[in-house]
Formats: sequence, C-alpha cells, structure tokens
Amino acid sequence: MGKAANYENELATELRLGLLGTDHHEPEKQSFPLSLVIKSNKRSSSEMDYNSSDKCEQDSAPPPKAQVVGWPPVRSYWRNALQQQKKTESDVSGMYVKVSMDGAPYLRKIDLRVYNNYPELLKALEAMFKCTIGVYSEREGYSGSDNAPTYEDKDGDWMLVGDVPWNMFVTSCRRLRIMKESEAKGLGCL
Amino acid sequence: MCVFQSTINYFPEEVLEHVFDFLSSHRDRNAVSLVCKSWCRVERFSREKVFVGNCYAVSPERLLSTFPRVRSLTLKGKPHFADFNLVPPDWGGYLHPWIDAMVKARANLEELRLKRMVLSDDTLDLLAHSFPSFKSLVLVSCEGFTTDGLAAIAANCRSLRELDLQENEVEDRRGQWLSCFPDSCTSLVSLNFACLKGEVNLAALERLVARCPNLRSLRLNHAVPLDALQRILAQAPHLVDLGTGSFVHDPDSETYHKLKNAIQNCTSIRSLSGFLEVASRCLPSIYPLCSSLTSLNLSYAPGIYSNELVNLIRHCKKLERLWILDTIGDKGLGVVASTCKELQELRVFPFDPHGVGYTAVTEEGLVAVSAGCPKLNSILYFCQQMTNAALITVAKNCPNFIRFRLCTLNPTVPDAVTQLPLDEGFGAIVQSCKGLKRLSVSGLLTDQVFLYIGMYAEQLEMLSIAFAGESDKGMLYVLNGCKKLKKLEIRDSPFGDVALLADMGKYETMRSLWMSSCEVTLEACKKLAMKMPRLNVEIINENEQMEASTDDKQKVEKMYLYRTLVGPRKDAPAFVWTL
Repeated sequence: MGKAANYENELATELRLGLLGTDHHEPEKQSFPLSLVIKSNKRSSSEMDYNSSDKCEQDSAPPPKAQVVGWPPVRSYWRNALQQQKKTESDVSGMYVKVSMDGAPYLRKIDLRVYNNYPELLKALEAMFKCTIGVYSEREGYSGSDNAPTYEDKDGDWMLVGDVPWNMFVTSCRRLRIMKESEAKGLGCL
Repeated sequence: MCVFQSTINYFPEEVLEHVFDFLSSHRDRNAVSLVCKSWCRVERFSREKVFVGNCYAVSPERLLSTFPRVRSLTLKGKPHFADFNLVPPDWGGYLHPWIDAMVKARANLEELRLKRMVLSDDTLDLLAHSFPSFKSLVLVSCEGFTTDGLAAIAANCRSLRELDLQENEVEDRRGQWLSCFPDSCTSLVSLNFACLKGEVNLAALERLVARCPNLRSLRLNHAVPLDALQRILAQAPHLVDLGTGSFVHDPDSETYHKLKNAIQNCTSIRSLSGFLEVASRCLPSIYPLCSSLTSLNLSYAPGIYSNELVNLIRHCKKLERLWILDTIGDKGLGVVASTCKELQELRVFPFDPHGVGYTAVTEEGLVAVSAGCPKLNSILYFCQQMTNAALITVAKNCPNFIRFRLCTLNPTVPDAVTQLPLDEGFGAIVQSCKGLKRLSVSGLLTDQVFLYIGMYAEQLEMLSIAFAGESDKGMLYVLNGCKKLKKLEIRDSPFGDVALLADMGKYETMRSLWMSSCEVTLEACKKLAMKMPRLNVEIINENEQMEASTDDKQKVEKMYLYRTLVGPRKDAPAFVWTL
C-alpha cells in the first residue's frame, strides 16, 4: 500500500479550503484506491504542468499538488482553448507600451492590441499628442510634418514605425517615441 | 380496450405509418416496435431517424437492413471518459465503415450527427460526393480530419443547411475551405466553426453570409475580428444564435460605433456565445441583446472579469441557459439568482482547474441559485468546496433536477464544515429529485452514498463515479437498485470482482460500463466475457509489461464493456484486448 501511504502524506500537506481557523485534519475514513496518485501521462502535453507556488495562499512552502489524470473532468479541447485564451489575454493586457513625445511634459501609455494597422495607430497618436505625423513612405520615412514615430524593439534598437508588417511590429515593440524631425532624419536615411 | 386493440390491427399499414410519423423520439419508436410483429415491421420500414448510442453495438450493414429508409443518423463512438484523456488515441470509433455501408446500400443520407468519433478527410470527401440530399453535419468532440475535409463538404453538398462543429480537433491546412462554398450555395441555416484554429477568408465569409438569407445560427472562430463581425451582422440581422470571434477593438472607433448599430438591428438574437478574445470595454455593445437572451455561453472567455460578468448578467432577465466560468464567484451567482428567474440550466466551469489563489465558487453560490431559480433542472458545477447542509438545501429548493453534476476540484474533499463525507448531501439530492436522469458525484464519499442512490434514483440513466466508495457493496447497491441505468462510468474507486460479477445479466440492460483504476482483475473480466457472449469486454492495456505476464490475478487498469449484437470489433488496436 506504498502508493496509498504516499498519497495520504500528500493529502495531509495539501492545501485545503476549509473555514478560516479550522485545522487541516484528515477526514475520518478514507479508502485510497491503489492507483490514485500522480500518473506521468506521456502522451498528453496538454496536461497542465502547473506550478502552484505563485498561487499559494499560505506562508509555508506549497506542497506538490497531486496531478491526477483527467481531474477535474473538463474536456481537453476546452481546457487547451482556455489556456490559449489566457495566454492571449495576458498578451492583450500586456500590450500597453509607453509613448513619449519629445517636448511633452509626461508620457502616455497605449494598448497596441486595440489597433489593427499602422494608420489606426498613427491616428490615435496624433489625437493623443495633438500633433501631426506625416505620411509614411519606405524610401523617405515620414514626410510632411515635424514628427516621426519611432519605437524601441526587442533588441533595444530604435526603429522607424512602419517598416515591418503590423503583427511583427506589435510583438516586437517595447515602447514608442515620437521624435522631432531633426533627430528622425538620421533614422530615415538608413 | 380489447375492442380498440383489435381494431387498430385492421388499420392498413399506411395509416400505422402515418401515426408513427408523429413519433419523433427514438425511444417512443423503440417502444412501438415492441408491441407486435406487424407494428415492428411498419415501424422499421418507416423510421428515418436512427440513433446509435454506441457505434460498436451494431454494424452498419445490420442497421441498414433493419432501417432501410434511414435518412438521419446519430452515432456516438468513444466512451465518455475519452473527453478527459482516459482513453488512448487510436482506440476506435471510426466513421468510415458507416459511410461506406451507406454508399453501398444507396441510402439517402441527409443528416449526420457524430459524437466522439474519428473521421478522415477521405471519409468526408466520400460523404460529400455520395449523398445529393445531404443537409446537415453536426460534429461534436470528433477528430482525425482537417479543413480539407470541410472544403470537400462545402464544395459538394449542394443542399447543405447545417455545418456545426463543436469542440473538434481539426488540423488547419491553411486552405480556403470557406471559399469552397460555391456561389450557388444559398441554403445555409446554421454555420458553426468556432473550434477552428486557423485564419479564415473573411471576404469569402462575408459573401457567404450575404447570400444565405436563411442563416439563423452563426458561430465564428477567434480569427474573425470585430470589424468583420460588424459587417457580417449588418448583412444578417435575422440571426437567432451568434458566436462572436475576437471581440477586441477601440471603443472610440467608427468600427465600434457601426457595430453597436448593427447589433441594435439584430433583434432576433436569443443565444450568444464566443468572445474567444475579448476586451471588456467592448462589452457594453452587447447590452441591447441581453434582455432577450435565453442562452449565454461565456465559458470560453477568461478575459471577462467578475464585475463585468455581473454587469452583463444583470441585463439578462430571460436567461434559460447559462454557461460561465467560476470567476463569477459566489456573489456573482447571487446576482444570477436574483436576475435569472427563468434559468433552467447552469454550468460553472473552473477557470483554473489546478489552482488555488483566486476565489472559485463554493457551496454558497449553488445554494443561492437553487433558491432564486425555481425552474433550475440541470447543473454542472465545479467548485472549491461543498457541504452536506448546502446539498440538502439545494435538494429541497430544486426537486426538479434532471441532471446534477457536481465536481469538487479536489476529488476527495470532505464537507467543508463538518469534515464528514458528502454522502448525506447527495442522498438528499437523489431522494428529492425523483426525475433525476444523470448524476455525477464527487468529494469524499463512502458506500453509504451508493446505498442512497440505489434506493432512490429510480430514473437514473447515467452515473459517473470517481474516487468514491469503500467496498464492492457500493457498486452493488447501484447495480441492484438503479433499474433504468444505462451508462455507468467509474474511476479510481475500490470496486472489484465481487461487484462486477454479481449480476452479469444487468449489463445487457445497459449501454456500457467503464471501470478504470479499480480493483477488478483480469480473471473476473475473462469470466464475465465467457459467460456473456453478447457483451464485448475490452481491456485497454497501455502497459507493455502486462502483455508479458498473463497473470489473471493482476488488476486491470481500464475496462470498457458494452452490449453488442455483432461480437468483438475488428478494428481494435493492439492495446485493446477483447476478451
């Protein structure tokens, strides 16, 4: 009954949501089916490899959560879709980037996910900072105004907004900066 | 009475057939066919809708010879626990032999509804080319096909009215399957592709919607953005059922403004789902729909937080069906209870199945809903904890449950207050709910709960047991007591050979029995298989070691048995032994 004993131990240290102040004592009668423990499910990569440590409510170190195959009984399709959703949601909520404009007293933040393409983004920036950003062309950058939108990419380089496909831009943009023409000219000549 | 009986036998068969036409349920038709030989014959030859609860219980050929006029076929394949990764891939449940047989018999197939079946693109292609009147394809939890198969259906089924894909695993081939609907296709009534993972051709989709004036149900996948949704709704204001794709946009934009207008024109929408990607600031656009909604499914929308959920639900006074995540919390369920007086079905899914650290729902939410919603008859409730007192209260408040499924996130958690098993609580449920047909139990449970179930659950047809019970007695109570039991599925419970073999004839009255990680031995399974030739006793054996030693005393990891008219199946993979 080795496996069952292990499970008993795990159950003893497992987090329980009882009323505050109640002891985490074990229930009186328990019968532990022999095979009730962690199964390494070699097939399924969809089984959540869940690290519960960051969700621990107690002060003590979190116990290893017994991962039982197929419990709770939710359809794997739904669970995978939800995982995907949650990842995307964190992307969605994490797409806020700082926007600075040369000469402005304070920075702003915008959510890149709200926009579907460059024109929408630029229009929003224009509205936000009450400025005009010129017209983009691949050869000459932004012409027709003092301002040029630039962004810092994942490598830490400052790039001109508009060169790469929109989706690539959204995932690589760390912050935005609306530069005055004098500085931006240097970028446009690359 | 006697006069009536003899009179009805003098009716010509056409009249009998006409009378039988009014029977839509297959159960009624089954009953009718048992009355006498002539009724059986008339019924057989006039039956157009056939329901096969287990695709291995009967062969396609036999079905076709029994019901030659079949036009609508429902098939179910894998056992229910396959949904939770308990059945290995390649177990079976193949559609192809059925289509093959129907083609050979020149059946006039019009509708196909499948659940947990495996089908390939070739099968879909064959289907698409073989049945000119084919109207409706509904696939639930199926797999094995790609968007190429869908393209074949789209391109070739000239009379297609319904293509409904629910939670299937579909490989995306990045083709243009939606574009394969020809310009002449104007008959679509229902299109659901929410489960598809890939991009769709938005222009083709919009054109398709525009030319199908009868379209009433449309469920989009995540790749359809909000601006496309707006254009679609502008073309299809008569929709009754809508599943949105991505619901993210700048609420100050013109697109969003147009969406609001389009939604206000959609006065027929009664069912809403989707929000596969959602920005909560866009939700107010759907408020105008809420007051007429009868069905709302937000179980795919983790991005809607509790307070927003509640704001939404406050508008939904006519809701009959609500599927939601447990992020709604007990307080949110309180709002449901006070708002949704017409509620019949509630499903609360776990946002984070393995986590703690956020407030999932508890017994409080369930009690609130049971008190506030007098028409509640179906519930699926994933919760952090439960108490007997709560269940007893729920039982008193809602004697009309038909389906009651409770899943505690920790499968053996006791009563949160008393630390006792939850036997009494479930006992109250089965005693009070005389019409209960489906029950799933969880939490700490002894044999006592099964005594109650056997004693009171007279109408019970399906029972799911996990990590429960203490001895064979538990299972015996159920087998002896539940006369109408059709499906029994048990995992990780200490039921063994004595229980399995006590009443072998019982299994012929049931559709199937699943037992995994129990105490059943190979010897007992062999005995059962030998005594009962009309059962298939399948052992699923993923452990290679088991093959080597044929020790009959060893415990069987997974057993699935079902009644069948056609003996062991020929398509079983190597890891499935039919004893």
